[in-house]
Amino acid sequence: MSTLDARTRFVAPSGYQYAQINDPRMRVPLVLGDNNFTTVTDKVTSLALQRTPTAWYIAFSISLTLLSLLLVTLAYLLTTGVGVWGNNNTVSWGFPIINFVFWVGIGHAGTLISAILFLLRQNWRTGINRFAEAMTIFAVICAGLFPAVHVGRIWLVLWLAPIPTTQAVWPQARSPLLWDLFAISTYATVSLLFWYMGMIPDLATLRDRAKNRLPQMLYGFFAMGWTGSNRHWFRFERAYLLLAALATPLVLSVHSVVSFDFATSLVPGWHTTIFPPYFVAGAVFGGFAMVLTLAIPARQWFGLQDLITPRHIENMAKIMLGTGLIVAYAYSVEFFTAWYSGHHYEQFVFMNRPMGPYWWAFFLMVFCNIVAPQVLWIRSVRANVWFVFAVAIFVNIGMWFERFVIVVTSLHRDYLPSSWAMFKPTWVDLGMLVGSFGLFFTLFLLFCRFLPMVAMAEVKTVMPQAHGESGSHRKDFQPDPDTPHQLRRGHWWT
Amino acid sequence: MDVFRTRKGAELMTTTKPYAVLAEFEDVTSVMSAAERIRDEGFLHWDVHSPMPIHGINVQMGLRPTILPWITLVHGLAGLMLGLVLVWWINARTVEGVPTVFQGYEYLVSGKPLFSLPANIPILFETTVLLAAIGTLLGMIGLNKLPMLHNPLFKSERFRRATDDRFFVVIEADDPKFETESVRELLAVLGATAIEVIDDG
Repeated sequence: MSTLDARTRFVAPSGYQYAQINDPRMRVPLVLGDNNFTTVTDKVTSLALQRTPTAWYIAFSISLTLLSLLLVTLAYLLTTGVGVWGNNNTVSWGFPIINFVFWVGIGHAGTLISAILFLLRQNWRTGINRFAEAMTIFAVICAGLFPAVHVGRIWLVLWLAPIPTTQAVWPQARSPLLWDLFAISTYATVSLLFWYMGMIPDLATLRDRAKNRLPQMLYGFFAMGWTGSNRHWFRFERAYLLLAALATPLVLSVHSVVSFDFATSLVPGWHTTIFPPYFVAGAVFGGFAMVLTLAIPARQWFGLQDLITPRHIENMAKIMLGTGLIVAYAYSVEFFTAWYSGHHYEQFVFMNRPMGPYWWAFFLMVFCNIVAPQVLWIRSVRANVWFVFAVAIFVNIGMWFERFVIVVTSLHRDYLPSSWAMFKPTWVDLGMLVGSFGLFFTLFLLFCRFLPMVAMAEVKTVMPQAHGESGSHRKDFQPDPDTPHQLRRGHWWT
Repeated sequence: MDVFRTRKGAELMTTTKPYAVLAEFEDVTSVMSAAERIRDEGFLHWDVHSPMPIHGINVQMGLRPTILPWITLVHGLAGLMLGLVLVWWINARTVEGVPTVFQGYEYLVSGKPLFSLPANIPILFETTVLLAAIGTLLGMIGLNKLPMLHNPLFKSERFRRATDDRFFVVIEADDPKFETESVRELLAVLGATAIEVIDDG
């Protein structure tokens, strides 16, 4: 059990005490242990360059098995039709859209960590941003799959996009479905660019450390000839800042647009103005839960405890607690608004959630998302990574059920009692849900095996060695604004 | 590599032309003060290589601000205009004589205006961000003259630590003030722990 207490007392220089962890003047270093640039490089590159460990093969074969379940259910779906799902006339969205919103939500944490925490100068993000970004991209891949197959005739999915066709009819640009297409595809592209750009220097490190020809060539190709030139670094950091500034409104817009899919409809339970902020807070909440779910075992298995420290875990736990409270507030405001609206159907839908046939899903959601995270108020719970892990698992489950509650309970009893119906997922529904985790973990394991799991260059900037003799104060990973104007080299563009 | 014989008969291994002189430094402090001195000596074609960005070294190196933010702005505005034209054409405009495939389509819904800005803002926002982000990445890569898969510096075994844990000053032979021996001496005075001449080619 690696508590915060034990690790900091063991490795931190004298003066760092447990009680001072939140004192800005006396923070625990971001890289623990007797580490320097060399050991950081060694730790991270050896994960990608060593012989493949047996445990990785075991984990990979399990996720490949789950992935094959996804492929089989997809093949069955495409050859048979959407009738293989439990979706019916009443609950027409069902699992595919629940899974879509669930995965898109998870895909928020990575870009939040890399963009928003960067702009807020949260230096602790450097330890976790790389695999959080990777997680984002893989989650968005899983998310994109579901609406694509949910259209039924997947071979016509390109009609969603504004492409010239002989039908002479274009998509409706004032429809949230087209907004969604633009939002998700832009988010996927920008996240991928951000992830790749941040990885270029680390790919160069792997290129220079690789012993065999093939890895040298592949890493070298993707590193694009990076030499660590400070003329390059200067522009690189400026580009990073610009991408962060672009990705910050983007990450807030994506789940807002996803929520418009619901909020612009007239369905009671969906037609609410609170949806965009509520969805964004929920996405950050669920996203951080998934980052913790991956980070806590990964730091243990890959021996990254010095780089992903208890302080990182505790900070993420605090964000999870904070966004969880926003979500709890949003749940209660929904009920208040339904009551205050005086709208019978709206009131019925909300009372139907805790009192109707899906009461168990509602209370599971409340327990996992509101009750369980409250233990994070206690410092000793936050300091124990495995307690935090358990809470994160609860939140993952809770956030899936939140989308279940939103989609299914709002649809299954509409205005006309004769069309009321219950939703029963089929084995194909369940297989695709489980299989999407297979896709996610397969991609994630490939990433852990072959790519730099920790942003080495960024971690090095927050180490005391990066700051000359003054070492005592930390600077930010951002370009110095007061650059003198004297021209020393090159052209008028630099 | 050619073998020349000096007048006194000693064998001298050299190439026709050096590419650069490479000096290794142990830590940030020494490389920063070295950069300051090299800037003041008036060298133009030189660089500092480090495993991570050294903050504030742009002052010591005399780097000018980059035009990258303007590239981002131009791309963002282009994305905005592209998005605007797209949504306007596909939903609010039909022009005689345009081939069917490309013809716009006037969506008349409940007598509402064919085009209104608010309902189209989400798409305009996304296209703006998309093009600005692509422009930023490509602009950074382009201004840095990457990809550059062949670089004479890669011939140096020592230089591999530039992406690991060492700091390098490279003064290129292109520099008007470059003269191999004087540059070596200067770098030695500045506290380089190792100095190497890199051949061109």
